[in-house]
Amino acid sequence: MKGRVLDDALLQLSTSDNVGTTVDDLSEGTKIDSDGRDVVLVEDVPFGHKVALESVEAGENVRKYGEIIGTATQPIDVGEWVHTHNCESTRGRGDRAATGGETA
Amino acid sequence: MAHTFEGYRRPDGRVGVRNYVAVIPTSVAASSVASAIADEAGPWARATPHQLGTSQPTPARRQTERVLVGIGRNPNVGAALVVELGTEDISAETIADGISNSGKTTETLAIREVGGTSNALVEGVSRLTRLKAEADRATREEADVSELVFGVECGGSDATSGIAANPAVGAACDRLVEAGGTASFSETPEFIGAEHILADRCADEETRERLLERVDMREGMAELMSVDLRGAQPTPGNQVGGLTTIEEKSLGAISKGGTTAIRGIVDYGEELPTNGGLVLMDTPGYDVESVVGKVAGGAQIVAFTTGRGSTTGNPLAPVIKVTGNPKTWKRMSNNIDVNAGTVFDGESIDSVGGRIFETLVDVANGRRTEAEHRRLEEFAINEIQPEELTTEVSG
Repeated sequence: MKGRVLDDALLQLSTSDNVGTTVDDLSEGTKIDSDGRDVVLVEDVPFGHKVALESVEAGENVRKYGEIIGTATQPIDVGEWVHTHNCESTRGRGDRAATGGETA
Repeated sequence: MAHTFEGYRRPDGRVGVRNYVAVIPTSVAASSVASAIADEAGPWARATPHQLGTSQPTPARRQTERVLVGIGRNPNVGAALVVELGTEDISAETIADGISNSGKTTETLAIREVGGTSNALVEGVSRLTRLKAEADRATREEADVSELVFGVECGGSDATSGIAANPAVGAACDRLVEAGGTASFSETPEFIGAEHILADRCADEETRERLLERVDMREGMAELMSVDLRGAQPTPGNQVGGLTTIEEKSLGAISKGGTTAIRGIVDYGEELPTNGGLVLMDTPGYDVESVVGKVAGGAQIVAFTTGRGSTTGNPLAPVIKVTGNPKTWKRMSNNIDVNAGTVFDGESIDSVGGRIFETLVDVANGRRTEAEHRRLEEFAINEIQPEELTTEVSG
Protein backbone atom coordinates (compact mmCIF):
# COMPACT_ATOMS: atom_id res chain seq x y z
CA MET A 1 0.00 0.00 0.00
CA LYS A 2 1.18 3.50 -0.76
CA GLY A 3 1.67 5.71 2.28
CA ARG A 4 1.85 4.54 5.89
CA VAL A 5 -0.63 3.15 8.35
CA LEU A 6 -0.76 4.98 11.68
CA ASP A 7 -1.35 2.66 14.63
CA ASP A 8 -2.96 -0.03 12.41
CA ALA A 9 -5.94 2.30 12.06
CA LEU A 10 -5.43 5.26 9.74
CA LEU A 11 -3.73 5.30 6.34
CA GLN A 12 -1.90 8.51 5.52
CA LEU A 13 -1.22 8.30 1.79
CA SER A 14 1.22 11.21 1.65
CA THR A 15 3.12 13.07 4.37
CA SER A 16 1.48 16.37 3.37
CA ASP A 17 -2.05 14.96 3.86
CA ASN A 18 -4.18 16.48 6.63
CA VAL A 19 -6.62 13.55 6.58
CA GLY A 20 -6.13 9.82 7.05
CA THR A 21 -8.31 6.97 5.73
CA THR A 22 -9.66 4.40 8.17
CA VAL A 23 -8.56 0.83 7.44
CA ASP A 24 -11.42 -0.61 9.53
CA ASP A 25 -14.67 0.56 11.11
CA LEU A 26 -13.47 2.73 14.01
CA SER A 27 -15.41 3.75 17.12
CA GLU A 28 -15.67 7.09 18.85
CA GLY A 29 -12.86 7.51 21.38
CA THR A 30 -10.33 5.41 19.44
CA LYS A 31 -6.90 6.90 20.11
CA ILE A 32 -4.38 6.85 17.26
CA ASP A 33 -0.73 7.76 17.61
CA SER A 34 0.22 10.12 14.78
CA ASP A 35 3.95 10.76 15.13
CA GLY A 36 3.73 11.12 18.90
CA ARG A 37 0.53 13.20 18.75
CA ASP A 38 -2.81 11.68 19.71
CA VAL A 39 -5.67 11.72 17.26
CA VAL A 40 -8.83 10.83 19.20
CA LEU A 41 -11.92 10.04 17.16
CA VAL A 42 -14.78 12.34 18.14
CA GLU A 43 -17.34 10.07 16.45
CA ASP A 44 -17.65 6.60 14.85
CA VAL A 45 -16.01 6.53 11.41
CA PRO A 46 -16.70 3.67 8.97
CA PHE A 47 -14.05 1.82 6.96
CA GLY A 48 -12.63 3.84 4.06
CA HIS A 49 -13.75 7.22 5.38
CA LYS A 50 -11.51 10.13 6.38
CA VAL A 51 -10.42 11.52 9.73
CA ALA A 52 -8.72 14.91 10.26
CA LEU A 53 -5.10 14.47 11.36
CA GLU A 54 -4.78 18.23 11.86
CA SER A 55 -7.32 20.96 12.51
CA VAL A 56 -8.54 22.61 9.32
CA GLU A 57 -10.04 26.12 9.15
CA ALA A 58 -13.14 26.80 7.07
CA GLY A 59 -12.02 27.55 3.50
CA GLU A 60 -8.70 25.72 3.90
CA ASN A 61 -7.69 22.88 1.64
CA VAL A 62 -8.24 19.24 2.51
CA ARG A 63 -5.34 17.11 1.25
CA LYS A 64 -5.19 13.39 0.41
CA TYR A 65 -2.79 11.58 -2.00
CA GLY A 66 -0.59 14.68 -1.47
CA GLU A 67 -3.16 16.62 -3.52
CA ILE A 68 -6.08 18.96 -2.84
CA ILE A 69 -9.36 17.04 -2.76
CA GLY A 70 -11.59 19.95 -1.68
CA THR A 71 -12.03 22.72 0.89
CA ALA A 72 -13.43 22.69 4.41
CA THR A 73 -16.88 24.29 4.63
CA GLN A 74 -16.59 24.69 8.42
CA PRO A 75 -13.79 24.42 10.98
CA ILE A 76 -12.72 20.78 11.41
CA ASP A 77 -11.03 19.54 14.60
CA VAL A 78 -8.41 16.84 14.88
CA GLY A 79 -10.19 13.47 15.08
CA GLU A 80 -13.34 14.60 13.28
CA TRP A 81 -14.88 12.64 10.42
CA VAL A 82 -14.24 14.52 7.16
CA HIS A 83 -16.92 14.05 4.52
CA THR A 84 -19.58 15.92 2.52
CA HIS A 85 -20.95 17.63 5.66
CA ASN A 86 -17.74 19.60 6.18
CA CYS A 87 -15.75 19.33 2.94
CA GLU A 88 -16.72 20.18 -0.62
CA SER A 89 -15.40 20.04 -4.14
CA THR A 90 -14.29 23.16 -5.96
CA ARG A 91 -14.74 21.59 -9.40
CA GLY A 92 -17.64 21.07 -11.79
CA ARG A 93 -19.64 23.75 -10.02
CA GLY A 94 -22.06 24.83 -12.73
CA ASP A 95 -24.35 26.03 -9.93
CA ARG A 96 -21.80 28.68 -8.95
CA ALA A 97 -21.30 29.79 -12.54
CA ALA A 98 -25.07 30.28 -12.82
CA THR A 99 -25.03 32.70 -9.89
CA GLY A 100 -21.92 34.50 -11.14
CA GLY A 101 -19.52 32.80 -8.75
CA GLU A 102 -16.24 31.12 -9.41
CA THR A 103 -16.03 27.63 -10.82
CA ALA A 104 -12.42 26.97 -9.87
CA MET B 1 9.78 -13.96 -18.82
CA ALA B 2 7.95 -13.86 -22.13
CA HIS B 3 4.20 -14.29 -21.89
CA THR B 4 2.22 -15.78 -24.72
CA PHE B 5 -1.33 -16.99 -25.25
CA GLU B 6 -3.26 -19.03 -27.78
CA GLY B 7 -5.32 -16.56 -29.78
CA TYR B 8 -7.34 -16.29 -32.97
CA ARG B 9 -5.47 -14.43 -35.72
CA ARG B 10 -7.83 -12.25 -37.80
CA PRO B 11 -7.39 -11.15 -41.42
CA ASP B 12 -6.41 -7.62 -40.30
CA GLY B 13 -3.58 -9.08 -38.21
CA ARG B 14 -5.17 -8.51 -34.81
CA VAL B 15 -5.59 -11.43 -32.39
CA GLY B 16 -8.78 -12.40 -30.59
CA VAL B 17 -8.99 -14.18 -27.26
CA ARG B 18 -12.51 -15.47 -27.98
CA ASN B 19 -14.15 -16.57 -31.23
CA TYR B 20 -17.72 -15.31 -31.25
CA VAL B 21 -20.19 -14.61 -34.01
CA ALA B 22 -21.58 -11.16 -33.19
CA VAL B 23 -25.25 -10.38 -33.81
CA ILE B 24 -25.36 -6.59 -34.05
CA PRO B 25 -28.68 -4.72 -34.28
CA THR B 26 -28.48 -1.31 -35.97
CA SER B 27 -31.14 0.07 -33.62
CA VAL B 28 -33.41 -0.54 -30.67
CA ALA B 29 -36.03 -1.71 -33.17
CA ALA B 30 -33.93 -4.72 -34.15
CA SER B 31 -32.48 -5.44 -30.71
CA SER B 32 -35.02 -7.98 -29.42
CA VAL B 33 -34.81 -9.99 -32.63
CA ALA B 34 -31.00 -9.89 -32.56
CA SER B 35 -31.02 -11.24 -29.00
CA ALA B 36 -33.54 -13.96 -29.89
CA ILE B 37 -31.44 -15.08 -32.88
CA ALA B 38 -28.27 -15.30 -30.79
CA ASP B 39 -30.05 -17.14 -27.95
CA GLU B 40 -31.51 -19.64 -30.39
CA ALA B 41 -28.14 -20.24 -32.08
CA GLY B 42 -26.08 -20.95 -28.97
CA PRO B 43 -23.47 -19.43 -26.64
CA TRP B 44 -20.99 -18.92 -29.50
CA ALA B 45 -23.33 -16.22 -30.85
CA ARG B 46 -23.37 -12.95 -28.92
CA ALA B 47 -25.92 -10.18 -29.38
CA THR B 48 -25.29 -6.52 -28.61
CA PRO B 49 -28.79 -5.08 -28.00
CA HIS B 50 -28.93 -1.31 -27.44
CA GLN B 51 -31.32 1.65 -27.30
CA LEU B 52 -30.03 3.90 -30.09
CA GLY B 53 -30.01 4.01 -33.88
CA THR B 54 -33.34 5.62 -34.70
CA SER B 55 -33.77 9.33 -35.38
CA GLN B 56 -30.53 10.56 -33.88
CA PRO B 57 -29.03 13.94 -34.85
CA THR B 58 -26.10 13.44 -37.25
CA PRO B 59 -23.13 13.67 -34.81
CA ALA B 60 -24.89 11.32 -32.38
CA ARG B 61 -25.78 8.90 -35.19
CA ARG B 62 -22.17 8.89 -36.41
CA GLN B 63 -20.99 7.97 -32.96
CA THR B 64 -23.46 5.06 -32.81
CA GLU B 65 -22.26 3.89 -36.23
CA ARG B 66 -18.62 4.10 -35.17
CA VAL B 67 -19.35 1.97 -32.10
CA LEU B 68 -21.37 -0.66 -34.01
CA VAL B 69 -18.63 -1.00 -36.63
CA GLY B 70 -15.96 -1.12 -33.92
CA ILE B 71 -17.84 -3.84 -32.06
CA GLY B 72 -17.93 -5.99 -35.20
CA ARG B 73 -14.24 -5.36 -35.86
CA ASN B 74 -13.20 -6.35 -32.33
CA PRO B 75 -10.76 -9.26 -32.68
CA ASN B 76 -12.88 -11.45 -30.39
CA VAL B 77 -15.44 -11.51 -33.21
CA GLY B 78 -14.84 -14.17 -35.88
CA ALA B 79 -17.79 -13.21 -38.09
CA ALA B 80 -20.78 -10.88 -37.78
CA LEU B 81 -24.47 -10.64 -38.64
CA VAL B 82 -25.90 -7.10 -38.72
CA VAL B 83 -29.66 -6.97 -38.13
CA GLU B 84 -31.96 -4.10 -39.03
CA LEU B 85 -35.70 -3.61 -39.02
CA GLY B 86 -35.31 -1.71 -42.26
CA THR B 87 -36.63 1.72 -41.30
CA GLU B 88 -33.62 3.00 -39.36
CA ASP B 89 -31.39 5.99 -40.10
CA ILE B 90 -28.48 3.59 -39.77
CA SER B 91 -28.36 0.98 -42.51
CA ALA B 92 -27.15 -2.55 -41.90
CA GLU B 93 -25.15 -2.35 -45.14
CA THR B 94 -23.14 0.64 -43.89
CA ILE B 95 -22.27 -1.13 -40.65
CA ALA B 96 -21.52 -4.43 -42.43
CA ASP B 97 -19.22 -2.65 -44.91
CA GLY B 98 -17.30 -1.06 -42.06
CA ILE B 99 -16.84 -4.46 -40.43
CA SER B 100 -16.01 -6.44 -43.57
CA ASN B 101 -13.28 -3.89 -44.45
CA SER B 102 -11.25 -5.69 -41.80
CA GLY B 103 -11.54 -8.86 -43.90
CA LYS B 104 -14.15 -10.40 -41.62
CA THR B 105 -17.12 -12.31 -43.09
CA THR B 106 -20.21 -10.22 -42.43
CA GLU B 107 -23.85 -10.65 -43.46
CA THR B 108 -26.96 -8.53 -43.03
CA LEU B 109 -30.57 -9.35 -42.24
CA ALA B 110 -33.55 -6.98 -42.68
CA ILE B 111 -36.53 -8.02 -40.56
CA ARG B 112 -39.13 -6.35 -42.85
CA GLU B 113 -37.58 -7.80 -45.95
CA VAL B 114 -37.68 -11.42 -44.77
CA GLY B 115 -41.31 -11.08 -43.67
CA GLY B 116 -41.29 -10.31 -39.97
CA THR B 117 -39.87 -11.67 -36.76
CA SER B 118 -40.63 -15.40 -37.18
CA ASN B 119 -38.91 -15.58 -40.54
CA ALA B 120 -36.10 -13.36 -39.24
CA LEU B 121 -35.46 -15.82 -36.44
CA VAL B 122 -35.30 -18.83 -38.78
CA GLU B 123 -33.29 -17.00 -41.42
CA GLY B 124 -31.04 -15.39 -38.80
CA VAL B 125 -30.13 -18.71 -37.18
CA SER B 126 -29.44 -20.21 -40.58
CA ARG B 127 -27.10 -17.33 -41.52
CA LEU B 128 -25.42 -17.57 -38.13
CA THR B 129 -24.71 -21.26 -38.71
CA ARG B 130 -22.94 -20.36 -41.96
CA LEU B 131 -21.05 -17.56 -40.21
CA LYS B 132 -19.97 -19.93 -37.44
CA ALA B 133 -18.41 -22.20 -40.03
CA GLU B 134 -16.44 -19.16 -41.25
CA ALA B 135 -15.40 -18.20 -37.72
CA ASP B 136 -14.36 -21.81 -36.99
CA ARG B 137 -11.82 -21.63 -39.81
CA ALA B 138 -9.71 -19.45 -37.53
CA THR B 139 -7.14 -21.62 -35.82
CA ARG B 140 -5.62 -20.80 -32.48
CA GLU B 141 -2.03 -19.75 -32.70
CA GLU B 142 0.55 -18.54 -30.25
CA ALA B 143 0.55 -14.78 -29.79
CA ASP B 144 2.57 -12.47 -27.59
CA VAL B 145 0.94 -10.43 -24.82
CA SER B 146 2.19 -7.35 -26.66
CA GLU B 147 -0.75 -7.94 -29.04
CA LEU B 148 -3.25 -7.39 -26.26
CA VAL B 149 -5.30 -4.21 -25.88
CA PHE B 150 -6.33 -4.12 -22.23
CA GLY B 151 -9.19 -1.82 -21.30
CA VAL B 152 -9.38 -0.80 -17.67
CA GLU B 153 -12.46 0.53 -15.96
CA CYS B 154 -13.80 1.28 -12.51
CA GLY B 155 -17.37 1.21 -11.27
CA GLY B 156 -19.06 1.27 -7.90
CA SER B 157 -15.93 2.90 -6.50
CA ASP B 158 -15.23 3.46 -2.84
CA ALA B 159 -12.18 4.58 -0.89
CA THR B 160 -10.50 1.18 -1.37
CA SER B 161 -10.57 1.62 -5.16
CA GLY B 162 -7.93 4.35 -5.12
CA ILE B 163 -5.90 2.69 -2.36
CA ALA B 164 -5.87 -0.96 -3.48
CA ALA B 165 -7.69 -2.15 -6.62
CA ASN B 166 -6.86 0.72 -9.00
CA PRO B 167 -3.13 0.95 -8.28
CA ALA B 168 -2.94 -2.87 -8.49
CA VAL B 169 -4.60 -2.89 -11.92
CA GLY B 170 -2.25 -0.02 -12.78
CA ALA B 171 0.70 -2.22 -11.86
CA ALA B 172 -0.66 -4.86 -14.29
CA CYS B 173 -0.98 -2.16 -16.98
CA ASP B 174 2.64 -1.16 -16.38
CA ARG B 175 3.71 -4.78 -16.93
CA LEU B 176 1.72 -5.03 -20.16
CA VAL B 177 3.02 -1.71 -21.48
CA GLU B 178 6.55 -2.76 -20.63
CA ALA B 179 5.96 -5.98 -22.61
CA GLY B 180 4.90 -3.87 -25.60
CA GLY B 181 1.10 -4.00 -25.33
CA THR B 182 -1.64 -1.40 -25.05
CA ALA B 183 -3.54 -0.35 -21.95
CA SER B 184 -6.42 2.10 -22.05
CA PHE B 185 -8.48 3.86 -19.44
CA SER B 186 -11.24 6.40 -19.88
CA GLU B 187 -14.10 8.23 -18.13
CA THR B 188 -13.00 11.82 -18.64
CA PRO B 189 -15.21 13.29 -15.86
CA GLU B 190 -13.06 11.23 -13.51
CA PHE B 191 -9.94 13.07 -14.61
CA ILE B 192 -11.32 16.29 -13.05
CA GLY B 193 -9.04 17.30 -10.20
CA ALA B 194 -6.27 14.95 -11.34
CA GLU B 195 -5.71 16.30 -14.86
CA HIS B 196 -2.52 18.13 -13.85
CA ILE B 197 -0.95 14.78 -12.97
CA LEU B 198 -2.09 13.19 -16.24
CA ALA B 199 -0.99 16.26 -18.24
CA ASP B 200 2.52 15.96 -16.81
CA ARG B 201 2.64 12.35 -18.01
CA CYS B 202 1.63 13.04 -21.62
CA ALA B 203 4.29 11.95 -24.10
CA ASP B 204 3.87 15.04 -26.28
CA GLU B 205 2.37 18.52 -26.25
CA GLU B 206 -0.45 17.63 -28.65
CA THR B 207 -1.72 14.85 -26.37
CA ARG B 208 -1.41 17.14 -23.38
CA GLU B 209 -3.47 19.90 -25.00
CA ARG B 210 -6.08 17.46 -26.23
CA LEU B 211 -6.42 15.89 -22.79
CA LEU B 212 -6.86 19.25 -21.02
CA GLU B 213 -9.35 20.37 -23.67
CA ARG B 214 -11.46 17.21 -23.18
CA VAL B 215 -11.45 17.63 -19.39
CA ASP B 216 -12.52 21.29 -19.79
CA MET B 217 -15.30 20.20 -22.09
CA ARG B 218 -16.64 17.60 -19.67
CA GLU B 219 -16.42 20.01 -16.73
CA GLY B 220 -18.05 22.67 -18.91
CA MET B 221 -21.10 20.41 -19.30
CA ALA B 222 -21.94 21.09 -15.66
CA GLU B 223 -21.69 24.83 -16.32
CA LEU B 224 -23.74 24.60 -19.50
CA MET B 225 -26.55 22.92 -17.62
CA SER B 226 -26.11 25.19 -14.58
CA VAL B 227 -25.86 22.16 -12.39
CA ASP B 228 -23.57 21.18 -9.60
CA LEU B 229 -21.53 18.12 -10.46
CA ARG B 230 -21.65 17.16 -6.78
CA GLY B 231 -25.09 15.61 -7.21
CA ALA B 232 -23.72 12.98 -9.58
CA GLN B 233 -19.98 12.85 -8.86
CA PRO B 234 -19.10 11.21 -6.63
CA THR B 235 -22.32 9.18 -6.84
CA PRO B 236 -24.38 8.66 -3.67
CA GLY B 237 -22.92 5.13 -3.55
CA ASN B 238 -19.36 6.44 -3.85
CA GLN B 239 -20.13 8.79 -0.95
CA VAL B 240 -21.34 5.95 1.27
CA GLY B 241 -18.03 4.29 0.39
CA GLY B 242 -16.09 7.26 1.75
CA LEU B 243 -15.46 9.36 -1.37
CA THR B 244 -16.26 13.01 -0.65
CA THR B 245 -15.38 14.97 -3.81
CA ILE B 246 -14.78 14.40 -7.53
CA GLU B 247 -11.13 15.38 -7.00
CA GLU B 248 -10.72 12.56 -4.49
CA LYS B 249 -12.48 10.08 -6.78
CA SER B 250 -10.37 11.14 -9.78
CA LEU B 251 -7.07 10.93 -7.89
CA GLY B 252 -7.95 7.34 -7.04
CA ALA B 253 -9.36 6.52 -10.48
CA ILE B 254 -6.33 7.55 -12.55
CA SER B 255 -4.07 5.08 -10.76
CA LYS B 256 -5.75 2.18 -12.62
CA GLY B 257 -3.83 3.14 -15.78
CA GLY B 258 -0.47 2.67 -14.11
CA THR B 259 2.47 5.03 -14.21
CA THR B 260 3.74 5.01 -17.80
CA ALA B 261 3.65 7.91 -20.27
CA ILE B 262 0.30 8.74 -21.89
CA ARG B 263 0.85 8.23 -25.61
CA GLY B 264 -2.46 9.54 -26.91
CA ILE B 265 -6.18 10.10 -26.38
CA VAL B 266 -8.81 8.73 -28.77
CA ASP B 267 -12.53 9.46 -29.16
CA TYR B 268 -15.29 7.30 -27.75
CA GLY B 269 -15.30 3.97 -29.63
CA GLU B 270 -12.38 4.98 -31.87
CA GLU B 271 -9.79 2.31 -32.68
CA LEU B 272 -7.04 1.87 -30.08
CA PRO B 273 -3.57 1.14 -31.47
CA THR B 274 -1.85 -2.21 -30.88
CA ASN B 275 1.62 -1.97 -29.30
CA GLY B 276 0.43 1.49 -28.28
CA GLY B 277 1.47 1.85 -24.65
CA LEU B 278 -0.94 3.72 -22.41
CA VAL B 279 -3.69 5.45 -24.42
CA LEU B 280 -6.70 7.27 -23.00
CA MET B 281 -10.22 7.22 -24.42
CA ASP B 282 -12.53 10.22 -23.97
CA THR B 283 -15.73 8.68 -22.59
CA PRO B 284 -18.50 9.63 -20.18
CA GLY B 285 -18.40 8.35 -16.61
CA TYR B 286 -21.02 5.60 -17.06
CA ASP B 287 -19.20 2.32 -16.70
CA VAL B 288 -21.19 0.08 -19.09
CA GLU B 289 -21.01 2.66 -21.91
CA SER B 290 -17.37 3.25 -21.17
CA VAL B 291 -16.52 -0.49 -21.31
CA VAL B 292 -18.39 -0.75 -24.63
CA GLY B 293 -16.40 2.21 -26.00
CA LYS B 294 -13.13 0.41 -25.32
CA VAL B 295 -14.38 -2.91 -26.71
CA ALA B 296 -15.43 -0.99 -29.85
CA GLY B 297 -11.88 0.39 -29.83
CA GLY B 298 -10.53 -3.16 -30.02
CA ALA B 299 -9.89 -4.11 -26.39
CA GLN B 300 -9.92 -7.92 -26.17
CA ILE B 301 -9.99 -8.00 -22.36
CA VAL B 302 -11.22 -5.54 -19.74
CA ALA B 303 -10.31 -5.21 -16.07
CA PHE B 304 -13.02 -3.66 -13.95
CA THR B 305 -12.32 -2.53 -10.41
CA THR B 306 -15.10 -2.15 -7.90
CA GLY B 307 -15.12 -1.29 -4.23
CA ARG B 308 -18.82 -1.55 -3.54
CA GLY B 309 -19.46 -4.55 -5.77
CA SER B 310 -20.36 -4.42 -9.45
CA THR B 311 -21.44 -7.41 -11.55
CA THR B 312 -20.87 -5.83 -14.99
CA GLY B 313 -19.67 -7.93 -17.91
CA ASN B 314 -19.68 -7.58 -21.70
CA PRO B 315 -21.00 -9.81 -24.50
CA LEU B 316 -17.70 -9.94 -26.43
CA ALA B 317 -14.81 -9.14 -24.11
CA PRO B 318 -14.05 -11.05 -20.91
CA VAL B 319 -14.26 -8.69 -17.92
CA ILE B 320 -11.87 -9.40 -15.03
CA LYS B 321 -13.39 -8.05 -11.84
CA VAL B 322 -11.06 -6.77 -9.11
CA THR B 323 -12.03 -5.48 -5.67
CA GLY B 324 -9.89 -3.81 -3.04
CA ASN B 325 -12.60 -4.00 -0.41
CA PRO B 326 -12.21 -7.09 1.83
CA LYS B 327 -15.91 -6.95 2.81
CA THR B 328 -17.03 -6.89 -0.82
CA TRP B 329 -14.74 -9.82 -1.60
CA LYS B 330 -16.30 -11.79 1.27
CA ARG B 331 -19.83 -10.92 0.20
CA MET B 332 -19.51 -11.18 -3.62
CA SER B 333 -16.54 -13.38 -4.49
CA ASN B 334 -18.77 -15.29 -6.94
CA ASN B 335 -18.79 -12.15 -9.11
CA ILE B 336 -15.17 -11.12 -8.58
CA ASP B 337 -11.99 -12.63 -10.05
CA VAL B 338 -9.18 -10.99 -8.09
CA ASN B 339 -9.06 -9.97 -4.44
CA ALA B 340 -6.89 -6.87 -4.06
CA GLY B 341 -8.18 -6.32 -0.51
CA THR B 342 -5.12 -8.31 0.59
CA VAL B 343 -3.12 -5.06 0.53
CA PHE B 344 -4.82 -4.25 3.84
CA ASP B 345 -3.18 -7.41 5.23
CA GLY B 346 0.22 -6.44 3.90
CA GLU B 347 0.43 -7.79 0.31
CA SER B 348 2.23 -5.24 -1.87
CA ILE B 349 0.46 -3.43 -4.71
CA ASP B 350 3.11 -4.80 -7.05
CA SER B 351 2.40 -8.37 -5.96
CA VAL B 352 -1.35 -7.95 -6.56
CA GLY B 353 -0.51 -6.34 -9.92
CA GLY B 354 1.46 -9.48 -10.75
CA ARG B 355 -1.56 -11.66 -9.93
CA ILE B 356 -3.80 -9.47 -12.12
CA PHE B 357 -1.31 -9.71 -15.00
CA GLU B 358 -1.22 -13.51 -14.67
CA THR B 359 -5.02 -13.53 -14.67
CA LEU B 360 -4.96 -11.42 -17.83
CA VAL B 361 -2.73 -13.98 -19.57
CA ASP B 362 -4.86 -16.90 -18.30
CA VAL B 363 -8.05 -15.24 -19.54
CA ALA B 364 -6.38 -14.55 -22.90
CA ASN B 365 -5.64 -18.28 -22.97
CA GLY B 366 -9.31 -19.11 -22.55
CA ARG B 367 -9.95 -19.16 -18.82
CA ARG B 368 -13.44 -17.81 -18.25
CA THR B 369 -14.06 -14.90 -15.90
CA GLU B 370 -16.84 -14.89 -13.29
CA ALA B 371 -18.89 -12.56 -15.51
CA GLU B 372 -18.48 -14.98 -18.43
CA HIS B 373 -19.52 -17.97 -16.29
CA ARG B 374 -22.72 -16.12 -15.45
CA ARG B 375 -23.29 -14.69 -18.93
CA LEU B 376 -23.37 -11.14 -17.58
CA GLU B 377 -23.32 -9.18 -20.81
CA GLU B 378 -24.37 -5.58 -20.28
CA PHE B 379 -24.24 -3.51 -23.43
CA ALA B 380 -25.04 0.18 -23.91
CA ILE B 381 -23.80 2.84 -26.30
CA ASN B 382 -23.24 6.39 -25.14
CA GLU B 383 -25.70 8.86 -26.65
CA ILE B 384 -24.39 12.35 -27.27
CA GLN B 385 -26.81 14.63 -25.43
CA PRO B 386 -28.42 17.69 -27.05
CA GLU B 387 -26.38 20.00 -24.78
CA GLU B 388 -23.19 18.35 -25.96
CA LEU B 389 -24.09 18.89 -29.61
CA THR B 390 -23.77 22.63 -29.14
CA THR B 391 -20.13 22.26 -28.10
CA GLU B 392 -17.13 20.94 -29.96
CA VAL B 393 -17.77 17.23 -29.95
CA SER B 394 -16.09 15.07 -32.49
CA GLY B 395 -18.63 13.49 -34.75
